[in-house]
Amino acid sequence: MRKYVPKDNVQAKSYYTDRYHVVPTVPTQGVESDELFTKQLEAISSQIEVKSAKIMLGQMIVEINHEDNYKAIEILKNECGYAMLSEMSAVDYLAKDGNFEVFYQMLNLTESKRMRLVMRIEPGLAVESVVPLYKSANFAEREMFDMFGIVSNNHPFMKRILMPDDWEGHPLLKTYPLQGDEFASWYEVDKIFGKDAREAIGPEIRDQAQIDRYDTKRFSRVGYEVPFGADISAGETKTPIEYSKTFLVDYQAADGVEPAEHRK
Amino acid sequence: MAQHQVNYASTGGLPIALTTADHLINWGRSNSLWPLTYGLACCAIEMMASGASRYDFDRMGTIFRASPRQSDVMILAGTLSKKHSEFARRLYDQMTEPKWVISMGSCANTGGMFNTYATVQGVDRIIPVDIYLPGCAPRPETLQYAMMMLQKKIRRESANMNNNRKQNLRLV
Repeated sequence: MRKYVPKDNVQAKSYYTDRYHVVPTVPTQGVESDELFTKQLEAISSQIEVKSAKIMLGQMIVEINHEDNYKAIEILKNECGYAMLSEMSAVDYLAKDGNFEVFYQMLNLTESKRMRLVMRIEPGLAVESVVPLYKSANFAEREMFDMFGIVSNNHPFMKRILMPDDWEGHPLLKTYPLQGDEFASWYEVDKIFGKDAREAIGPEIRDQAQIDRYDTKRFSRVGYEVPFGADISAGETKTPIEYSKTFLVDYQAADGVEPAEHRK
Repeated sequence: MAQHQVNYASTGGLPIALTTADHLINWGRSNSLWPLTYGLACCAIEMMASGASRYDFDRMGTIFRASPRQSDVMILAGTLSKKHSEFARRLYDQMTEPKWVISMGSCANTGGMFNTYATVQGVDRIIPVDIYLPGCAPRPETLQYAMMMLQKKIRRESANMNNNRKQNLRLV
């Protein structure tokens, strides 16, 4: 029987995603164990709904509803002193939970504290852009759109940032194969030569170790070079390797034996 | 260059060297190969090192030009992403004939370690390549050897480029 491959997650799995492997858990503390985080959490929860809050690895993680993201980040910037938005992006949990997790990693420079604001969002919904608060969110939100297809509302320039504008698909989704789908594998051929050239050019060679003994268009044996495209099914003749006497002076060949002779 | 033994006595002492038009033209072409300044990734660092004083490409008549209109050789040095492939082909099209292409490094040859959706799996999918230079990244000596191989190829082929079998697209 063929091995079952889930369609909603085609990414390559590491060996340790074995069913007997137990994922080590990160120790979690309550927010009340840190005085400053407690005050900051109170500032957030007094104005918007907080779904959960905890401290992991010394960083507070607060989960909120995705509608409140602008308000929450405004509070964190103006009232809690988080002057930097280090990173924001999304995580694909579509296969597991049917939604994305959008996260905002914040840094408080005066108190040396980091916290992460996370929210779950269903596919097809948009988040509110936080570019008016943090300029660093500009490229990050564009990248989130490029890689996951999550649009940010009221973004000044909502377009793809890494992939070409006419690209189809969002490459960081778990449903996107690493070596590309049909569109990706023919992208450059279709764009430059048109679809008619597909047959002449042929599919991409993804097996990097592929060697054809009788293919003289792409392979050549050292010492048995033949003209491009020659038929060598009946065998090829040996040609001595030519060495330049002016550029590649070999000072080791004192015994009169060329170094390549030793290699052979 | 001269393909025949010149006997000055028979030519009345005139300094005449006999050759063919092909050899004369190819002698000129092969000794002034001007590559396009076009680096794509880390291979470009080695290409720059080849052009700098220690390895000194200039002594081979190889002078990097900043415009495709003035170039004979395109050295595709590095990873060619699919987004950029259109522009690489446009630069190749802008070069005047005769023109040659060196594919430098594993990424340009086959896609190399980038066996992913965003990398062109070998630049010969979009541009006809004359010399494939292996290595990751190839050292400057190797790039110079590739250039010497290209010179050798040019000297062997016809000066009329229409007579030369060019690999327009990869024929698998």
